[in-house]
Amino acid sequence: MVQKLGYLKETASQTAGPYVHIGLTPNFCGIPGVYKSDLGASMVNDKTLGQRITVKGRVIDGAGMPLKDALVEIWQADASGLYNSPAEMRGTADPNFAGWGRCPTSAEDGVFTFETVKPGRVLFKDGRLMAPHITFWIVARGINIGLHTRMYFPDEAAANAEDPLLARIEHRHRAETLVAAGTTPNYTFDIHLQGEKETVFLDI
Amino acid sequence: MSDKQNHKPETGAFFQRDRDWHAPAFTPGYKTSVLRSPQKALLSLDNTISEITGPVFGHSMLGELDNDLIHNFAKPGESAIGERIIVHGRVLDERGRPVPGALLEFWQANAGGRYRHKKETYLAAIDPNFGGCGRTITDDDGYYFFRTIKPGAYPWPNGVNDWRPAHIHFSIFGHGFAQRLITQMYFEGDPMIWKCPIVNTIPDRRAIEQLIAPLDWSNTIPMDARAYKFDIVLRGRRSTFFENRPEGN
Repeated sequence: MVQKLGYLKETASQTAGPYVHIGLTPNFCGIPGVYKSDLGASMVNDKTLGQRITVKGRVIDGAGMPLKDALVEIWQADASGLYNSPAEMRGTADPNFAGWGRCPTSAEDGVFTFETVKPGRVLFKDGRLMAPHITFWIVARGINIGLHTRMYFPDEAAANAEDPLLARIEHRHRAETLVAAGTTPNYTFDIHLQGEKETVFLDI
Repeated sequence: MSDKQNHKPETGAFFQRDRDWHAPAFTPGYKTSVLRSPQKALLSLDNTISEITGPVFGHSMLGELDNDLIHNFAKPGESAIGERIIVHGRVLDERGRPVPGALLEFWQANAGGRYRHKKETYLAAIDPNFGGCGRTITDDDGYYFFRTIKPGAYPWPNGVNDWRPAHIHFSIFGHGFAQRLITQMYFEGDPMIWKCPIVNTIPDRRAIEQLIAPLDWSNTIPMDARAYKFDIVLRGRRSTFFENRPEGN
């Protein structure tokens, strides 16, 4: 016998289900008055530093249909490449930018929209710079555990070419699934759950 | 955004997720997963600062009734119909350390098993005094509680006769975005847990048992509300002492 490590097991994930909006965006789904506003609905104010951008997209299932009951969250650095988080030890992020947003996909066309700023570059752990990117987390009915992925920028070809995460993708054409379409300040990032264009999702 | 600047922040990467413990993406018994499950292998890699960091929410954002689903949608002087319960517990990480400042959001059906949602068609009645959402933030010991009514079971279109056991949905933020988690809590003694296709997406029985809250008789308030205890475990962090530091950092 040896000593026991004594670690606990992570609580198992379960699907967010069809009514995730009741819990996470109640004003959006017709339950007003419990909270003043839906958390994460607004990411920038008039003092936020940096280039304003709009990111729109859809989450598309294996039959090519956009999900109209999904919820998308994003997490990103501020314009100078700092995260607004206690674990950020390199400096103090822009106090007018939380870096986190939440948006349901529209019940009409399945589109999500984030008004945010373009993130700066942040370091990979070996000291190399990562290309500017936004972390995406997608939950919905039928998704048993939240899906992590990243959006990179189409007008950052040089930075993308040296990004350590993109470099890890063995099938090079699949790296394209993480690069948005469009140009400053309007980007489109469609997330494909299955099929030829399946987005690279991260176990991270 | 943090209320607590006096804690030394932890900056280690998180333990890798045990993908055999969680449900796989493709679970045909839960039919909606068939067209919504990625089919290619996930790209596995250690956390970067983009996952080690995460948003933090301060207690000041909470309203007085946010953690009281019996009253937070009810007309003044009225309350939601149903069995009054308290759900409480701690948010811990895999190392057993409390996670203070964790934002928990919850949502559920009413006592009859009906959600307040325009896509919901179950014939059980809406309770005019029940909205079905609430939130709270853990204290310095990782502790949380909220009041609600026990949700009802309800049928759903999957198999011809599938029913969800009574459950409460939980969304949890830890300290890093890699800890982000959504799960469901079930109630001790419910025979329907083991018949549920969504519960049974989880391959390991112990992982399911970890989602079942026991009746907590000691914390039950006489003549008021029964208590159920539900502890939640988020991914643990590696000690930062183990990390290789890039030069000049």
